[in-house]
Amino acid sequence: MRGPEGARAVIVYGDYECPFCAALEARLGALELRVTFRHFPVRASHPRAQPAALAAEAAGLQGAFWPFHDALFSDQGRLEDPHLWARAEALGLDLERFDADRRSDAVAARVREDFRGGIRAGVATTPTLFAAGFKHAGRPGPELWEALRQA
Amino acid sequence: MPVIEAGQPAPEFSLATYEGDRFTREDLLGRITVLVFYPYAFSPICTDQLSVYQEVLEDFEARGATLYGVSCDAVWSQQAFREKLGLTIQQLSDFEPKGETCRAFGVLHPAGFPERALVMTGPDGTVLWSHQAENPGVTPGANLIFDALDAARV
Repeated sequence: MRGPEGARAVIVYGDYECPFCAALEARLGALELRVTFRHFPVRASHPRAQPAALAAEAAGLQGAFWPFHDALFSDQGRLEDPHLWARAEALGLDLERFDADRRSDAVAARVREDFRGGIRAGVATTPTLFAAGFKHAGRPGPELWEALRQA
Repeated sequence: MPVIEAGQPAPEFSLATYEGDRFTREDLLGRITVLVFYPYAFSPICTDQLSVYQEVLEDFEARGATLYGVSCDAVWSQQAFREKLGLTIQQLSDFEPKGETCRAFGVLHPAGFPERALVMTGPDGTVLWSHQAENPGVTPGANLIFDALDAARV
């Protein structure tokens, strides 16, 4: 979770390989919102979404979830393992630990838990955004920005 | 005509499989089946409905439910779609006579493709539950199917 305390809370289900998620992410950053991000990697459509989600959680174990998250969304064309290592290195993470963590059962379970929570909440596509009073699924557009402005 | 309702017997129908067999009403018997009607293979949406279902397929299987994708695409298109998405969910084609099964289940869109609809049938071929999305752009979540399984106590 990030964003100013007391700001409007939104929960976003997304994956790091989804271009609409990146578009949404870029806009959310400019709005005064308290954002919770949950992983919804759908392997069939986006084969690198799952490894990227695991890597973000592994970075999170070293206190760098959001910087890693931003680094993934800002360069979606580079999601292979060497690119993940390069990001971890650039953020000054312990690489050996990062690599062990992203392959750990605990991190996999965490991503899976997000996914299942999304399924239970009726998430069927990415991105899906929940805010008090409404839900938006799929490609973000002007009506979503308008709804988010009316906090 | 709206999607077939719970309590009605599934109609007689015949769909083609990639393997060259026919899939008919008889294939519904003796188990829980979920027919997932979708408009087109390769339709341009970011995350495909079937990919999401694929992610929780083992949970459906654990509940004894078998899923099938149904569209009016030719079997070759369906197979290519399946390979592209890495799906194990079997696809059934309503290509010829086009849309006849979709029409029988009440899910043929006037423009000649299936509505986004789900039909769950029980071991005796009776419809246990059905759902049609408000429009083909809305993807029904997998939670709807789990809820229906809960309601049917299976």
